Amino acid sequence: MSAMMPPRPRSATSFWIGFAIVVGLLVAAPLVLPPFWRRFATEILIWGLLAMSSDILIGYTGMVSFGHSAFFGLGMYGAAAALLQVSPPNLWLAIAYGLVAAAVVAGFVAYFATRLRDIYFAITTLVFSQIFYVIIFTWTEVTGGENGLTFRQPALGIPGLFQTAFTPETLHWFVLAVVVGSYLLLRRITRSPFGMVLQAIRENEPRTRALGYSIERYKTVAVMLSGLFAGLAGILYAVQNKFAAPDFVFFVISGEVVIFNVMGGMGTLVGPIAGAGFFLLLREGLSRYFTEYYLIPVGVIFTAMVIFMPQGLLGFARRRLNE
Amino acid sequence: MGIPFDQIAIQTVNGLVNGLILALVASGLTLIFGIMDVVNFAHGDLVMLGGFVGAVTVASTGNFWIAMLTAALTIAVFGALLQMTTLRPLLGRDPLTTILATFGISLVLQKYALWQWGPSARRIPEPITGQFALFYLQYPWYRVLGAFLSAAIIGALYLFLKYGKYGIWIRATTQDRIMAGAMGIPVPLVHTTVFAIGAAMAAASGVLFGPLGGVTQTMGFDFTLRAFIVVVVGGMGNLGGSILAAILISLLEAYASLIVSPAQAVIVSFVALIMTLLLRPTGLFVPTPR
Repeated sequence: MSAMMPPRPRSATSFWIGFAIVVGLLVAAPLVLPPFWRRFATEILIWGLLAMSSDILIGYTGMVSFGHSAFFGLGMYGAAAALLQVSPPNLWLAIAYGLVAAAVVAGFVAYFATRLRDIYFAITTLVFSQIFYVIIFTWTEVTGGENGLTFRQPALGIPGLFQTAFTPETLHWFVLAVVVGSYLLLRRITRSPFGMVLQAIRENEPRTRALGYSIERYKTVAVMLSGLFAGLAGILYAVQNKFAAPDFVFFVISGEVVIFNVMGGMGTLVGPIAGAGFFLLLREGLSRYFTEYYLIPVGVIFTAMVIFMPQGLLGFARRRLNE
Repeated sequence: MGIPFDQIAIQTVNGLVNGLILALVASGLTLIFGIMDVVNFAHGDLVMLGGFVGAVTVASTGNFWIAMLTAALTIAVFGALLQMTTLRPLLGRDPLTTILATFGISLVLQKYALWQWGPSARRIPEPITGQFALFYLQYPWYRVLGAFLSAAIIGALYLFLKYGKYGIWIRATTQDRIMAGAMGIPVPLVHTTVFAIGAAMAAASGVLFGPLGGVTQTMGFDFTLRAFIVVVVGGMGNLGGSILAAILISLLEAYASLIVSPAQAVIVSFVALIMTLLLRPTGLFVPTPR
């Protein structure tokens, strides 16, 4: 959003050292963590990817999407379609189906929503995600309705080379590879001239338009890009959990994505992943004391952060470190 | 189409009744938006809280009207406190941050209601139980009364905005916040008052809706979404537009539920919103801007 500071230039070496340390820790995580936390770490990565995808819109383009569950859910159901129809289930086909489904939905939403700004964009994305929720919830013959779909987990493999069933470790590493690859790609995109135009739109839309940029086209690409990566997160979740359910298309997921972004720090790509980790840990810790009411303290913390710490945990930490 | 006339007539009455109750919710939302650029994501949860306070009061006093008054007053005070603690610090920031803050509030309120009143629906008994014949149906008088009460509250709001001292202050602040402050209007107080009024209207509609659909802790999101749609279709910050849009949307949904299931009929209002945003983004019922 407009009040955000541009990222300070840091030396490239220190960034890559930090990056290598974090990735190294995440690679080692499944080897040292007990089963529960191993699965937890994988989930943080998947939700982190979803949060990162929405950061392209919230943090970089200044458009708050309240409908990311649509992209996530369609990625999930797309993967489910591939896994149910083709036997034996094929991982790459699931990814392809999921991405196509998410891209179609993202293109549809982008066509309408990018003509709108600010709260109108937020409300429209919310309404679109509800449309897809209602369709998926009521179209029982195809989507399984309220019960969703369950399917078998595909095997990890490269056609013609090797084929092996997923273990918790290899699943974690596979998810990690996808998330790290997505991060590097998105980092490159946000630093490209295209990414600069998105940030210019965030800072001052009329001026960017006056400079001759076709705002709608840039916004459309941003929504599509965001939707694709959100769909990818949905596919990973489907592969991990072997089911697709309408709950994941519902607004609650979109809301959580926004929470991840605000908590972690918008416009940083890493921040939302950290925010997802922070939220899930908070939920895990608090639900031991508050059971299903953990959202009461989480909501209070979230609202306080919106008011007092709008730059999020990462922005806050960065400012502290630079002082 | 093979839909008999009497069904269409019944759905028209249903749509009008639901539309007027929805208009009561939406006019609070649009008032809050018009005056302080706050998109109140927790508005539906104020409806829900009002419904619960009403249900509890009816259970202890047995009087519907006391319950409605208690709910409106309680939620008005609560809304004022909410505005002072969470929205006042956000004044002057990007309107999007107010969506985020009120979204956080909505999470808290919904889970609080679950914790306080449990997951089951509460039904508020109707204050009048009479029925009249409407074609093949025995139509409850209460529904008609609810519609009239909603209209009366909205009418009172209109008169208050038009002639009351605070009403004039509110309209002045809507037009130009800085100039109003310079003329000696206590702008922060006006903001708090408006939020309290919007919250009270939400609570009143929660109590009015209680006998029709029951009060559950998850009803808030539904109301928020529908009120958003209405307010955007009617034109943000435009009171008259919101009322007409609420009736239009409810009628569309009522007619659509003749053909498809009620769960799918909601899509009609979604489509209405999207068409409005594409064809007339300033709202259906506002004069064409310069």
